[in-house]
Amino acid sequence: MEQLNNNGQILEIKDLKVVYKTDLEVVEAVNGISFKIDKGKTCGLVGETGAGKTTTALSILGLLPERTGKVLDGEIIFEGRNILELPDEELRHIRGNAISMVFQDPMSALNPVYTIGDQIGEAIKIHNPELSKEDVEKRVEEMLQLVGIVPSRKVEYPHQFSGGMKQRVVIAIALCCEPDLLIADEPTTALDVTIQAQVLAMIADLRDRLGTSMLMITHDLGIVAKTCDDVCIMYAGKIVEAGTVEDIFSGNRHHPYTEGLFGSIPNLRVKSARLKPISGLMPDPTDLPVGCEFSPRCEKCMEICRTQKPDIYTEGTHKIYCHLYSGNVNNNGETVPEEEKTDE
Amino acid sequence: MNKEERTPLLETRDLKKYFKTGAGLLHAVDSINIKLYQGETIGVVGESGCGKSTLGRTILKLIEPTSGDIIYNGKNISKLSTRAMRPLRKEMQIIFQDPYSSLDPRKSVIDIISEYMLIHKVYKSKKETYQHAAELMDLVGLARRYANVYPHELDGGRRQRIGVARALSLNPKFIVCDEPVSALDVSIQAQILNLLMDLQDQLNLSYMFVTHDLSVVKHISNHIMVMYLGVCVEFATSDELFENPLHPYTQVLLDAIPEPTLESRNQPFKLIKGEVTSPINPKPGCRFAGRCEHCMEVCTQVTPEYVETEPGHFVACHLVNGR
Repeated sequence: MEQLNNNGQILEIKDLKVVYKTDLEVVEAVNGISFKIDKGKTCGLVGETGAGKTTTALSILGLLPERTGKVLDGEIIFEGRNILELPDEELRHIRGNAISMVFQDPMSALNPVYTIGDQIGEAIKIHNPELSKEDVEKRVEEMLQLVGIVPSRKVEYPHQFSGGMKQRVVIAIALCCEPDLLIADEPTTALDVTIQAQVLAMIADLRDRLGTSMLMITHDLGIVAKTCDDVCIMYAGKIVEAGTVEDIFSGNRHHPYTEGLFGSIPNLRVKSARLKPISGLMPDPTDLPVGCEFSPRCEKCMEICRTQKPDIYTEGTHKIYCHLYSGNVNNNGETVPEEEKTDE
Repeated sequence: MNKEERTPLLETRDLKKYFKTGAGLLHAVDSINIKLYQGETIGVVGESGCGKSTLGRTILKLIEPTSGDIIYNGKNISKLSTRAMRPLRKEMQIIFQDPYSSLDPRKSVIDIISEYMLIHKVYKSKKETYQHAAELMDLVGLARRYANVYPHELDGGRRQRIGVARALSLNPKFIVCDEPVSALDVSIQAQILNLLMDLQDQLNLSYMFVTHDLSVVKHISNHIMVMYLGVCVEFATSDELFENPLHPYTQVLLDAIPEPTLESRNQPFKLIKGEVTSPINPKPGCRFAGRCEHCMEVCTQVTPEYVETEPGHFVACHLVNGR
């Protein structure tokens, strides 16, 4: 399991645990997740609000809120170095340069009192102090061209752009230093479907052209199907299922949460009267269940699920953290996972 | 179906709402004709800025229409004064998009749900009102132990249930649902959609369901209207619209939804160029012409007529009309 050489992967997260501590309570946001992103590939991190997706992204960039956010345990290995142990100075060279991020809401990610040209130029200047003013300007224009905005608009302010255009500006800022890893945190949730398609197509195109690896954070399985190579499904700070896109979308066995997610999406091609939602709500992150985090909402919950954390079940590249498939249950003959259980 | 014999619960005739802006008249809602029957749902779909929310609010007379008629239960309400509207308000309600900003943060859950009933003096005593509010909480699946908590203590899904309970508190016949699930997570979204459908069956409600997401209205609507820059470009039954979308814009909207299947992975993104243009002083011709890949010369000059291609399927497009 442990591989020492990390030629193939750009980022590896090992057993990451993050909490938010306040005087009143401790929020367990990320509870021991491990995954890796291969060079040039896109990994999707899927889950609902509060699953810990954004917290994971912020820990990679060292942007957790200073007073409350704490990495308790784990390693984040980026190009052979553990980011968590790097001094601030060195981290600053990585952040925005080697790893950059596209935020969810383009309306609030841009500074309203600077022109977009200044904001793109700022990132270029900071990471390339040797460039002359003219070179920076040239690079800004190239970037705008790249994301499909007329370069002459660089003197305009964010409010003069529509939502989709603003997101293009944010993407231009993220890509201006040609990062090795791009983290896209729900880049299209705030946009209309037609604009979403434009932005996703652009991200996919740029990624292929520049060879950037990507971490795509989303709650939309449609976006995952279109853009990702590998998928991790998160629930309450844990990865409950991981694998390649093929594993997740066509494998025989799935975590009940994954099945629930698929059941909640209205299917455009199939006529059905009702959706099959997951009952209940996300558990309170200050008071997580003792056993499997999903057990209170799970239709297939067994005795063991309430008391014990599930083991990993592996099938090639496909990993499921669920008692349904773990060995001990099978051997005891308590529950036999049915093969015909497929989603859709 | 012999619909002509039934009278629609709500009908709009040539409804228009223009806003005056510095740059000219903004055509937010332009000549909309809809008929909604008791117990049915009409879905209104379009991108942000197409006037779908304005339409919902104009029908409820939260905004005064510029011209046209709104006929509710056989009565023309478009010219009614605020005072004359008041008794009707009980029957027409709205569920808002954002469950965070539509609830008074300083009122407890039970007070929020009771507020409308107290205003309209539905019950004689406060006790009776609260009793009914508690029953409404049961109806929408909110545990009674939340009666005395404040909205900020609850998550989006539960808050939206408060919004639903409040809208139901006066036993309305007609509810405008303005993007009620767009702020919610997928699994919660499905819960609320199912709840709305169950309530419709139980209480014989009529909904106007405003959303930007075609996949959301598919299950809940009997009819779907696709809006673009204030005008209706296509109107059909839900099944018909998904099986046989005729207007290029409807096709674009359908294609733009990324499907959660492996097959969709190998298909390239179907893109539409440009964005919604300004609805201020629109030129004659099809409003979609600038973004349409099938745009012909006639499209930029003549406004396409609204024709019935099949019974109940209306389209405004030169491509289809020419056929």
